[in-house]
Amino acid sequence: MGQKRAFDEIWGHGGIDDPRAEFAALSDWLRETPSGELERRLQAAESTFRQLGITFAVYGEQEASERIIPFDLVPRIFLADEWARLSEGLIQRVQAINAFIRDIYGQREILKAGILPPELIFQNDQFRTEVAGIRPPHGISAHICGIDLVRTGPDEFFVLEDNARTPSGVSYMLENREAMLRLCPELFREFRVAAVDSYPDMLHETMRSVAPPGRESKPLCVVLTPGHFNSAYYEHSFLADSMGVELVEPADLIVDDDIVWMRTIAGLERVDVIYRRVDDDFLDPLVFRPDSMLGVPGIMAAYRAGNVTLINAPGNGIADDKAIYSYMPEIVRFYTGHDAKLPNVETYRCREPEARKYVLDNMGELVVKLVDGSGGYGMLVGPASTKDEIAEFRKAVEAEPNRYIAQPTLALSTIPTLTEKGLAPRHVDFRPFVLTGGSGKPQVVPGGLTRVALREGSLVVNSSQGGGTKDSFVLMPDAQQSQSQNSAGESQSQSQG
Amino acid sequence: MLSRTASSLYWLGRYVERADFTARLVEATIRLDALSARPAGEAAWQSALSVTYNEEAFASTGDNLTQQNVAHFLMFDKDHPGSVLRCLEAARNNARVVRTALTREAWTAINRAWLLFSNRASPGGSSSTLNLVESVKAELRGFEGAIFRMMRNEAVWLTRLGGAIERADNTARLIDVKYHLLLPEGERVGGVVDRDQWTTILQTVSAVTAYRWLYSEGLKPDLVIDLLMSRPELPRSLAACVEESVDLLSQLGKRTGLQGEADRMARARLARISKTRSREVVVSGLHEYLQAFIRENAMLDQAIARQFRFV
Repeated sequence: MGQKRAFDEIWGHGGIDDPRAEFAALSDWLRETPSGELERRLQAAESTFRQLGITFAVYGEQEASERIIPFDLVPRIFLADEWARLSEGLIQRVQAINAFIRDIYGQREILKAGILPPELIFQNDQFRTEVAGIRPPHGISAHICGIDLVRTGPDEFFVLEDNARTPSGVSYMLENREAMLRLCPELFREFRVAAVDSYPDMLHETMRSVAPPGRESKPLCVVLTPGHFNSAYYEHSFLADSMGVELVEPADLIVDDDIVWMRTIAGLERVDVIYRRVDDDFLDPLVFRPDSMLGVPGIMAAYRAGNVTLINAPGNGIADDKAIYSYMPEIVRFYTGHDAKLPNVETYRCREPEARKYVLDNMGELVVKLVDGSGGYGMLVGPASTKDEIAEFRKAVEAEPNRYIAQPTLALSTIPTLTEKGLAPRHVDFRPFVLTGGSGKPQVVPGGLTRVALREGSLVVNSSQGGGTKDSFVLMPDAQQSQSQNSAGESQSQSQG
Repeated sequence: MLSRTASSLYWLGRYVERADFTARLVEATIRLDALSARPAGEAAWQSALSVTYNEEAFASTGDNLTQQNVAHFLMFDKDHPGSVLRCLEAARNNARVVRTALTREAWTAINRAWLLFSNRASPGGSSSTLNLVESVKAELRGFEGAIFRMMRNEAVWLTRLGGAIERADNTARLIDVKYHLLLPEGERVGGVVDRDQWTTILQTVSAVTAYRWLYSEGLKPDLVIDLLMSRPELPRSLAACVEESVDLLSQLGKRTGLQGEADRMARARLARISKTRSREVVVSGLHEYLQAFIRENAMLDQAIARQFRFV
């Protein structure tokens, strides 16, 4: 927020003329490409996104109810060794998340060991008694995790949030790369970038690997969407399409005798694995919200009977709840036996009197969040708020301290971004995607979703609040050249020439 | 394939065809209007409304029968389900629902056609209307091209089946309306107005050149009827549409094993139409024949919905 200049991932603490040594080529490219040319390419990208219909719906707005998320051409780049360290941390964290969910709905060893206060689980809305005692195939519940990271320096990465329910955004990772390959091919000659386009295959393989017992040989996998008015519908259809599986709506499924079927032109076909993009609350009106029109009655019974695999498993919200988040370092240590390789952002739990006092005394410098809020709503960024806003939040925290946590305002890293006034640093965060299948070993796709706060100084990157996206390059270690996006592109042009 | 997907693909095909037909009807009517002296121009727009069964709906808007108003109604009216805009919207919604069954090219063509209408509220004058029609047609040709390069499976056949059923309906209504309602009282058959109107019909189904190739005798109403009803060479003729639906149903049957009532109805219709002589139909009652054809077409549509379990 101006008091200290944030770390810029390309320029370091220098500037356009004195970038981090590894990124001199990118800085040169930015300097040498005429701004009109960058502008033209940006427009080409946005027009492609609009034609493809890569849009998200904004609820509550009648006109322009379909918007594209702004895209920025300047990529974020991870060095190979940075990425290797990050991956280790992500794998460890996702292993712990799966172990935690398995334990909480099973033996609850972590409570017996006194690591977590039991009321944090049992009084938590995200704890689903309906799934207690169910063991999903191979004991995996969080098949697809999106771990939100922020960075404050060359080696300082922090986990800001875990997403173990239905993390979205992976379609942007893939579409942004397609756009960059088309619009800035010269960057892929300069940098050897690991390919991300294997993600759909990895996802499909992950789905198949957790098929219900007895259905492993040729499981039928589908993606379940609430419907084409959902804000993430593009992503749902994109994923189904790129895996070559059916995209079903709730009305396409029926449950008979604890087996899930889909209605096809040839009659009913048995469904084995469902990547559902419908929230727990709406999944089954017989078990969760009875007024849900989006649900499939009986699907939970089929799940409990072990006849269908749900991805991600219901009840995962207990692992990515913001109140649980503050215990993640302890959770990681408990299940893996090691300290967390990726640290948390320091978190004050307002439920604890001492922390609460600190938060109330220092609200102007902290970020205060509702434990069950998301999308940038229910959140106070102290340094960017007015006295009245702070006073209002103070009242809310005093009334229901259990619902709030607070964190210091971090100097989030920036990346040069095209703005109306030319290139300027803008704050970013990062969501890599981690897949866990039947083997229990998480896989990290070399890439992810970089979100950028387009307003000067803003720290809020959510697309619903004026955020945009960038491509995220992961550079390959020197030894492996065969898989690079670059060489794949060249071999194609050779065969055409 | 999901039943819902099948139904959406079929309706995607129908709406694309309907949008295309309506756009071409507007285009041809502008030409007819330009050729005729008032009040013949009004009659031109009147008949465009009857071809699309929209006389009452237009009357209820309270607007005068002018090119501006009718073109707006047929192209842009948000409250009128048959407008090109609404057809494209419906086509796009269906396409969105079945994104996974379409290629990127097929989807973007539909989306682009729909985007042509965003930020525009009226067709403007003749030339801007014609430009818009031109763009709509180009995008929809792009869609058809993309469909022909998709995997050859149920998705393509169902979309095309929807197109064939809709096309049959449109052509039948076009002949019916033009033959009976179009000729103003007192005009001589074969006179100038008459001739312009028959050209308009041919234009609406993109058949001006085809007519010249197939018939060497100059423009004759009976021959236009013959072309539009019985010539399998013309893709928009009744005979061609009937034949196409038989072929598509049989391909669908081979692949899915679903054969039944719809196939039987379509084949019986083909057998009948190939024995029908257009000259005899004109003598014995063209209007009755066409009305029966339209009814049959609707029954076939219902049979298709049952056979493929549209919900």
